[in-house]
Amino acid sequence: MKQPFEQVVEQHGGTVLRVCRVVLGVHDAEDAWSETFLAAMRAYPGLPEDANAEAWLVTIAHRKAIDVLRARKRQPAPVGKIPEAPTELGVPGAGDGDLWQAVGALPEKQRQAVAYHYVAGLAYAEIAGILGGSTDAARRAAADGIKNLRKNYPGAATKGTPS
Amino acid sequence: MNTSPDYFASPADPETLSRLRHRLGLAAEAEGLLDVAYTTIESPVGTLLLAATPKGLVRVAYDTEDHDRVLSTLSQRLSPRVLRAPRRLDAAARELDEYFGRQRRAFDLPLDLSLSSGFRQLVQRHLPEIGYGQTRTYRQVAELVGNPKAVRAVGTACATNPLPVVVPCHRVLRADGTPGGYVGGPAAKLALLTLEAA
Repeated sequence: MKQPFEQVVEQHGGTVLRVCRVVLGVHDAEDAWSETFLAAMRAYPGLPEDANAEAWLVTIAHRKAIDVLRARKRQPAPVGKIPEAPTELGVPGAGDGDLWQAVGALPEKQRQAVAYHYVAGLAYAEIAGILGGSTDAARRAAADGIKNLRKNYPGAATKGTPS
Repeated sequence: MNTSPDYFASPADPETLSRLRHRLGLAAEAEGLLDVAYTTIESPVGTLLLAATPKGLVRVAYDTEDHDRVLSTLSQRLSPRVLRAPRRLDAAARELDEYFGRQRRAFDLPLDLSLSSGFRQLVQRHLPEIGYGQTRTYRQVAELVGNPKAVRAVGTACATNPLPVVVPCHRVLRADGTPGGYVGGPAAKLALLTLEAA
């Protein structure tokens, strides 16, 4: 039985917000969240009942984020700023600015792989489906992303190895 | 590094999410995607769930009906595009407030009766003809809809009324004057009858 869309928002809204924040930075995350859920609501009646709603939402969020990233690259770059530069990374609440600097400095693929695996909890096979490429490549991108984060954000806890 | 989802969370998230959800409701309405909007209000007969389609008020539900179950049913029978979006229910909430405050004797709201059909819907369409503070027996209602033998079916129509309070099935009593059953329970039926008798 298909649950009311309100419950989808209730259950996955927080995760999608964090995914958008890691992929896009704090500044664009809210717009990406809004566009993701509006698109999801439009498509929701056609979603199979046994579908993994979170993976489905992350896939939509991924596409919306790509739109934002493309639009950002099209915008005339301010003097001296190249498109791949760390993004505007405001900090929500009392968060840690250094972490967001480090996340923003990651290459796009690594940032996405980290978001989809470590924030959304998707399996590497699902992430490969979203990013294109192989499961191994998705695993590698996430591992490299975490390695870079550790290197550039020494404040990060170092408990064990990421699975 | 321990990168649990919490790691990228912020203490401001609940506030942000509540703002985003409000914005989603407005955007969904503007895009014509809000098939079922709902809210809940407090009343002297407990928390009431109000739900509306673009056509009108489609459901009023008592707490005892289990609001989660009611929403699941709406999702199945009408559309899964269900959001908590109070704005569409503003007029209904205001009129119910006035009713419970004895400032209103009849409801003036567009209704969507698509949750019932056939004879049940026919009965429900006629129920508002029983005025505020008046009562009828199940038999009288059967006569009112032109089917005097359908006393039992009138009872079923009242019991399955998707819009209690607004469609006044509480004004239909047993022939012996006892209240009879009610979707919100006998205490709620008595409370409404008492309110209207004052």
